[in-house]
Order: sequence, then structure tokens, then C-alpha cells
Amino acid sequence: MEYIIIIISAVFVNNILLSQFLGVCPFLGVSKKVNTALGMSAAVTFVMALSTLVTFLLQYYVLVPLGIGFLQTVSFILVIAGLVQMVEIILKKISPALYQALGIFLPLITTNCCVLGVALLVVNNEFTFGGDPHMLNLGQSVVYAVASALGFGLAITLFAGIREQLDLNNVPKAFRGVPISLIVAGIMAMAFMGFSGIV
Amino acid sequence: MGKLKLIIDGIIKNNPTFVLILGMCPTLGTTTSAINGMGMGLATLFVLVLSNMTISAIAKLIPEQVRIPSYIVVIAAFVTIVQLLLQAYLPSLYETLGLFIPLIVVNCIVLGRAEAFANKNSVIDSACDGLGVGLGFTIALTILGFVRELLGSGSIFGWKFIDGDGILAFVLAPGAFIVLAYLIVLFRKVTAKKA
Amino acid sequence: MAKESSFKNMVITLSLICLICSALLGVVYSVTKAPIEAAELAKINNAIKAVVPECDNNPSEEMMEVEGCVVYPAKVNGNIVGYAIKVKASGFGGPIQMMVGFNADGTIYNTSVISHAETPGLGAKITGEIPTRTQIVGKNPASSNLTVTKDGGEIDAITASTITSRAFLKGVEAAYKVFVELQKQQQPWEN
Repeated sequence: MEYIIIIISAVFVNNILLSQFLGVCPFLGVSKKVNTALGMSAAVTFVMALSTLVTFLLQYYVLVPLGIGFLQTVSFILVIAGLVQMVEIILKKISPALYQALGIFLPLITTNCCVLGVALLVVNNEFTFGGDPHMLNLGQSVVYAVASALGFGLAITLFAGIREQLDLNNVPKAFRGVPISLIVAGIMAMAFMGFSGIV
Repeated sequence: MGKLKLIIDGIIKNNPTFVLILGMCPTLGTTTSAINGMGMGLATLFVLVLSNMTISAIAKLIPEQVRIPSYIVVIAAFVTIVQLLLQAYLPSLYETLGLFIPLIVVNCIVLGRAEAFANKNSVIDSACDGLGVGLGFTIALTILGFVRELLGSGSIFGWKFIDGDGILAFVLAPGAFIVLAYLIVLFRKVTAKKA
Repeated sequence: MAKESSFKNMVITLSLICLICSALLGVVYSVTKAPIEAAELAKINNAIKAVVPECDNNPSEEMMEVEGCVVYPAKVNGNIVGYAIKVKASGFGGPIQMMVGFNADGTIYNTSVISHAETPGLGAKITGEIPTRTQIVGKNPASSNLTVTKDGGEIDAITASTITSRAFLKGVEAAYKVFVELQKQQQPWEN
């Protein structure tokens, strides 16, 4: 039951992008076509699940026992960079077509705030999913990561759909490009605020 | 290259927020007030200057293929130093900025400047570039925070001039996106006139 | 321009950089460890001071753990004048960390919100001097119904922030349970 609450919370109520502001750079840069957005979301979901799993284990089995918690930022980002590199190599081998389609976006996942952001959130913060504040365990953390990635994917896919329509419309010259995208994002954020209070 | 020109370029021509459109996450996430925006900007500036200088100094010693991971480790180290210093000496700012402090490490601006400038230029030039871009970022965040605080909380740098709340939407998520959009348009209009 | 990218060079360079950075961080960490702990302690002490009557001991040095919550006793001349109890409530946007202060007789002296993640302008008002917090001062949870009016109680919730108000009052209730447990432990012969 708690897993369902985690999923609804991460995808709708506290959408990683529209309410926690993580992952905005690729959001503005990538999403002009729905297909690219979907491909990007899939890649991000995979990397986020994997990196949350590894960093969670790293935190509780290495950093905390050895008392080197201050190396959290350095070690986490190294893990993420390494994982993305690995995903690139594997993808090149098993699906060159997908690798080509994702192009530059794959290495950019390393600097995507939501990957590092979620990894840090699950080991540093307490959550209140349907109960007293508590730290998440491994299973809940991975579910949270996957759900956050799905929320990210939902946001950028919706956004790409809107952008596709927007290009056909008459946007005032000064607003073309980033500003109108930001305004659309703002309105989407407002819409998603309607989900507050569900969980 | 003129040192002063480097700095000014960072603030206007290469302004990371209004021109390069980089580092959006902290821009939207920490500007609920002018002070918070300024604090975030200054923390990033600190990392930018130091990492630019360090990377400029050791660029020649790093093999091409491990370039990016090496830069990331250096940047992460400086970010951790900022984290620890803030936690020790400015704990309330540390709590307000929260998650976004460690996220400086994946702030595209820092790695971007390291890759685009620091590894090809001298240490002093890189420091100036870092200073300029960092100042551009800080000014942008402070302005954004100022507007959101003014409209959303009815206060200026913490000094409330109305009783009760302002238009709350501005300090919540939608406000961040929308105010930033209008500021970019304004910046474009102002700099276009100068050209 | 850069060194040649042989495997050996790459591994050595990256390892060296990691080692130097880790060492540097270790140094900065050891230097900032004390100020960080002092800042944490100052935060707790401020919260304690705000919620219990004047005391001449150092409550944070005499802290105890009861029912999973940390309790800070306030004493004058060795006699208990109050307890500050730290609780965590499940707020609307995340945990609410609060300090609840009781007089020795069980009435509430004051409360303090240490940290929260509530919505600005709505639940975030919980940190201010609002009815939800001021109305419970001086009341004894044993005899008064300290819940929001919506739930049949006597306390006014924050407008449009019932969830935050409920969470806060639940935190007060949890603190009171700890207080009762404390009383039992202090006077076992009376029970």
C-alpha cells in the first residue's frame, strides 16, 4: 500500500520537475518532439533506478560505517558518472539504433539534477508517506526513484506535446524559445498543484 | 584578453541565466526570496572561481579520456567544502538552500565553464571568467528572488511592508517559471537596445 | 596538449585526484566538525529555551530518551520545573520537527517549530503566533480536548491548512504521551 502512495506522490503531488525543480535543464532543451521525450524518459528512469540502488548501498554500507559521510557528494556523483558511462557502452553494443536516437542526451544524464537529487533525497531526508516520518528502506527508495523518473517523463512528454502545437502558433517575438516554454511550464506547475492533498 | 572584459562578459553577454539558459534548477528552486537567491549565487560563485582556477592549473596533466570525471571530482570537492562551511557558519542559509547546495556539482554552468574556458586558458583568466559568470548568476538569482519576494510575500530583503501575505503564487512553483520567463524577455529587450 | 590517454595514465591521474580531494575534504571536515555540532546544539537550545520556564541547569546535557523521543528536563535548584520534548509529526509537505514544553504539572508552557516543509502562506504559518499554537498554552492535555474544531476539539486550525494544524496537534499529543510515561517512571511507587 505504501508503494502506491509513494508512486502517486512522486508522479503527481510532488512532481520532481514541476514542484521540486529537479531536471529543468533537459526539460527546456530536449522536449520538442514527443518521441525524443519518451526516449529520454526511459533512459533517465533506468539510470535513476540503478544509481539510487547503488548510492543507497554505498551510503549505508560504506560511507556511514566508515564515518566518511562528508564524501557523499563526491562519491555519489562519481557513481552516477560511472553508471551513465556503462549504460552508454552497453547501449552501443545491444541497440545502436537507440544509442543514435538518444545522441548527446545520454552523457547529459550525468548532469541531470534529478538523478543526483533523488539519490541524495532518499538517504538524507525523512519521508511521511502515510505514517510517521521515517527514512526509506532500499525497496521504497528504488520505487521512489522510478516513480520520480516517471513523473519527470510525464512532465516532459506532456510538455513536448504542447511544444509541438506551440510551434505552429503565433508567439510574440520576444517570447519565442525559452520564455514561452517557461510560461507553459509555470501553467503546468499550477495544474499539478491541484493534486496536493491527495496523499 | 582584458580581465575586466572577461568579468563583464560573464554578467551580460554570457549571463548564464538570461542568455545561456544554464543552471535552471537552483534558479527556480532557491529564489523564494532575494537573500536566498543571493546566497545560492554566491555559493556557486565560490565554486566556479575555485574550480576554474584549479582545473586551469592542472588541465595539462590530465589525460583526454578522463577529463570529465576528473573535473567532476574537483568540482564536487569544492562543493563539499562550501557545504561544510555553510553548515558550520551559516546554518540557517544552509537549511534554506537544502538540497540545492550539493546540486551545484551538476550545475551545468560549472562544468560548462570548466570545459569551455578553464581548460584552455590561464589561471588568472579562468578566475576572472568564473568571477564574471558567477556574478552574472548571482545578480540574476537576486533579481528573480527580489521580484518573487516582493510580489509573493510583500517584503524586500526580509523587511515586510504589508500585513499578511502577498500573491502566494509567486513564491510557489508556478511563480518561479513565470517570473523567470518575463525577466528573460526584459533582459533581451534591454540588451537588444544596447546592440 | 594533455597527457597521453594510456590506461595506466588515466587510472593514476583519476586515482590521484580522488585521493587528494578526499584528503582535502577530510581536513576541512575535521575543522568544521566542531562548529557544525555547536550550531546544531544552539538550535536545540534555542528551541528548549522558548518552551520551558526559566531554569538554572543545562537541559541539553541532561537529555533522556523516552518512548523514542528526546526529553530535556528543566530544573531549578535540582527540582523539575518543566520538560521540553522533541517530537516529529507528519506534516502536509514532510516531517514537522517540533519542541513541546510542559510545566511540571502537565500544562503546556509553549511550543516551538524547529523545522518543517509546509506550504508558504498556508501551513507555514505554524511557525507564527497563531491561534493553533497560542490557544493550547496553559492547557492540560489530560483535561482539555486539544484537537481542531473540525474534529470536535477546542482549537482553531489555520485557515485552509487543517492538515498542518492536525499534524501539529498530533505532535503535541504524542509529546504528552511521553510526558505521562515520564511521570510514571519518576514515581513508580505511586502506580
